[in-house]
Amino acid sequence: MNRMTDTGPVPARISLEPTVAEASRRRRDRAWTWACFAAAGTIVFLLGAIVAMVVINGLRSLSVQFFTEEMFGYEEGGALAAILGTLQIVPLATLIAAPIGVLAGIYMAETPDGRVAGLLRLATETLAGIPSVVIGIFAFTVIVVPTQTYSAFAAIVAIAVIMIPLVARSTEEIVRLVPGSVREASLALGIPQWRTTVSVVIRTAAAGILTAIMLAVARGAGETAPLILTNVGNQSVNVGDLGNAMDSLPLFIYFNSGLPSEFLIGQAWAASLVLLAFVLVINVAVRARTIGRRAA
Amino acid sequence: MPETTARAKEVTAEPDLEEIEVRELIRVIPAHHARANDPEAGDLPGAMNLDAVSAWYGAFRAVRDVSMAIPSRQVTAMIGPSGCGKSTLIRTLNRMHEVIPGSRVGGRVELDGQDIYGSTVDPVRVRRVVGMVFQRPNPFPTMSIFDNVAAGVKLAGPRPDRPVAEIVEHSLRRAALWDEVKDKLASRAVALSGGQQQRLCIARALAVEPEVLLMDEPCSALDPIATAKIEDLVRELRDSVTIVIVTHNLQQAARISDQTAFFFVDEARSGHLVEIGPTSAIFVAPREQLTQDYVSGRFG
Ligand SMILES: Nc1ncnc2c1ncn2[C@@H]1O[C@H](COP(=O)(O)OP(=O)(O)OP(=O)(O)O)[C@@H](O)[C@H]1O
Ligand SMILES: [Mg+2]
Repeated sequence: MNRMTDTGPVPARISLEPTVAEASRRRRDRAWTWACFAAAGTIVFLLGAIVAMVVINGLRSLSVQFFTEEMFGYEEGGALAAILGTLQIVPLATLIAAPIGVLAGIYMAETPDGRVAGLLRLATETLAGIPSVVIGIFAFTVIVVPTQTYSAFAAIVAIAVIMIPLVARSTEEIVRLVPGSVREASLALGIPQWRTTVSVVIRTAAAGILTAIMLAVARGAGETAPLILTNVGNQSVNVGDLGNAMDSLPLFIYFNSGLPSEFLIGQAWAASLVLLAFVLVINVAVRARTIGRRAA
Repeated sequence: MPETTARAKEVTAEPDLEEIEVRELIRVIPAHHARANDPEAGDLPGAMNLDAVSAWYGAFRAVRDVSMAIPSRQVTAMIGPSGCGKSTLIRTLNRMHEVIPGSRVGGRVELDGQDIYGSTVDPVRVRRVVGMVFQRPNPFPTMSIFDNVAAGVKLAGPRPDRPVAEIVEHSLRRAALWDEVKDKLASRAVALSGGQQQRLCIARALAVEPEVLLMDEPCSALDPIATAKIEDLVRELRDSVTIVIVTHNLQQAARISDQTAFFFVDEARSGHLVEIGPTSAIFVAPREQLTQDYVSGRFG
C-alpha cells in the first residue's frame, strides 16, 4: 500500500543464477551422493562375489552322491551324514530356543516398564553379544566334560543358547508393534488380560514372530565354533543318537576344506553351497513375506 | 484494520444470528426425546449412576467430582471442548481407565445399583456388560470379519447357548452391516471401508450382549454418509441397550441423544460436569451461561 509513496531504491529483479554458495553446495551434494552410492555398491559387490564363488565352486562338486552317501576315505562319498546331522541339530535347537525366546520376548513387550523386564532385556542384549566361541566353551565345560564325550546334545544346547536372544529380541520388537488399540479393543470386550495376550496380541504378531524364528534358524544353521568345541569326531551317519557326536554341514566344511585332497575341498565347496542356499532361501522368503505384507 | 475488528464485533454482538443457529440445532431434535420422561424406562437393566467420580493420570486430575445418572435404554451424549475429560470419564464407566499405568479412579460408579469398583467385582465382568466402541475403528487386523465379531464370545465368558454363527449374524444385523458383508465373512476385516469397520466394531461389541454401550466419538474418523448410518444405528439400538456417546458434533448430539451432559475444564485443567439435562433443554434453554455459549458455538 505504501509502495507508491516509498522513495527507497527500486528493488533489483530476481535472479535465478546460482550463487557461489549454491554451486559449492551442489558440488558437495553430488560428492556425498557418490560416496554413499559407492559404499552401497561395495556391499552388493561383496555379496555377489561370495555368492558367485560359492556357486561356481560348489556346482562343480555337487553330485547325486553328495546327498546320498557318507564319506569313504579321502576320495569317495558325499555329505549325507553332515546333511542329516544339520537337519537334526538345527530343528532341535529351534525347538528349545523358539519357545523360550518367544515367551521371554512377549514378557518384555507386555511389561515394558517392569524391573524384571528391564533386567531380562539387559540379559538378552548381553547374551546376544557373547561370541559364539565362548558359548561353545560353556557347553563344552558343562556338558562335554562331565559326560566325557562330544555329543550332538551339547551342540544343540550351544546353538539354542545362541538363538534364544535373537528370537527374544525380535519377538519383543514385533509384539510391541501391535497397536495399543488392538489390545484395548480386546480388553474392552471383556477378554481377560492373558487371553488378550495369547489370542489377540500374539495372533496379530504371529507372522512376525515366525519371521524372527526363521532368521534365528538361518543364523544357527551356520554357527561353526560351538560345534567344533562340542560335537566333533564322527563322519558317519548318526540319526537320533544325541548322546554321541553327529556330523553337520559347518563341521564338514571346516574340516574338509583344510585337508590336502582336491576331492574333499570340492565337497566342502558343495556343502558351502547347500548351506548358503538354505540361509539365502530363508532370508529371501522372510523378505518376500514382509514386503508382501507391507504392500497389502 | 480497525474497520474489520469493528465488523467482527458487530457479528458476535448480533443476537439474531446466534438464535438462528440455536434454532437450527433444535429443528433437528426429533420428537422421541420424550423418552427422558418415560417412567417405564427406569426398571430396565443397564442404568448407571455416577457419584463424585474423579479420574487421575498420575498426579493430574483429569476428571473432577462428576455426579450424574445415565438412565437405562436412553442415549446420553457427552459434549464439551477438547481435553475436558470426556474420554477419560467414559473409560471409567467400563473400568478401562485403570488399564493405563499410574491411573486412578475415585468416587462411585454404579451399574444397576452395584458399585462396579467394588472390591469383589472383576473388571472383566464389568467390560462384558458395558461394551465400548472407540474413536478410530480398531478391528483385529489379522482376523476375518467373522472372527472379529465372534472374538468376544469365543475368547471370553461362558460358553454361548447359541451357535456362534447365529450370534455373529444377529450382531451384524443389529449393526446394520450384515447385507454388506454376508458374502465375505471369511475375508480380512481391514479390507472394509472405515465406516464398515466401525460398524463391525459395533457388531463385535454387541455380540457379547452388553447392557450399556459406550461410544467415544465413533464418527469422528468417518465421512458424512457413514456417520449418518451410525446415527441411524444408535437410534435403533437405543431400544435394546443403554448408550453413552461422546461427540464433538453438536448437531449429532442434538439428533440422537435423549439427554446431554456438558463438560468443561477448570483452572487446574480438570474436567467437570457443568450441566446435564434433556437434550432439548440443554440446546434450547440451558441453565448455565457457559452451556449457552458452548452450544451456540461461541467457543470450543
Ligand atoms: N494417558 C494419559 N496420560 C496423561 N494424561 C492424559 C492421558 N490421556 C489424557 N490425558 C489428559 O487428560 C485430560 C483429558 O483428556 P481426555 O482425552 O479425556 O479429553 P477429551 O475430552 O476426550 O478430549 P477430546 O475431545 O480431544 O478427545 C487432558 O488434559 C489430557 O491431556
Ligand atoms: Mg476424547
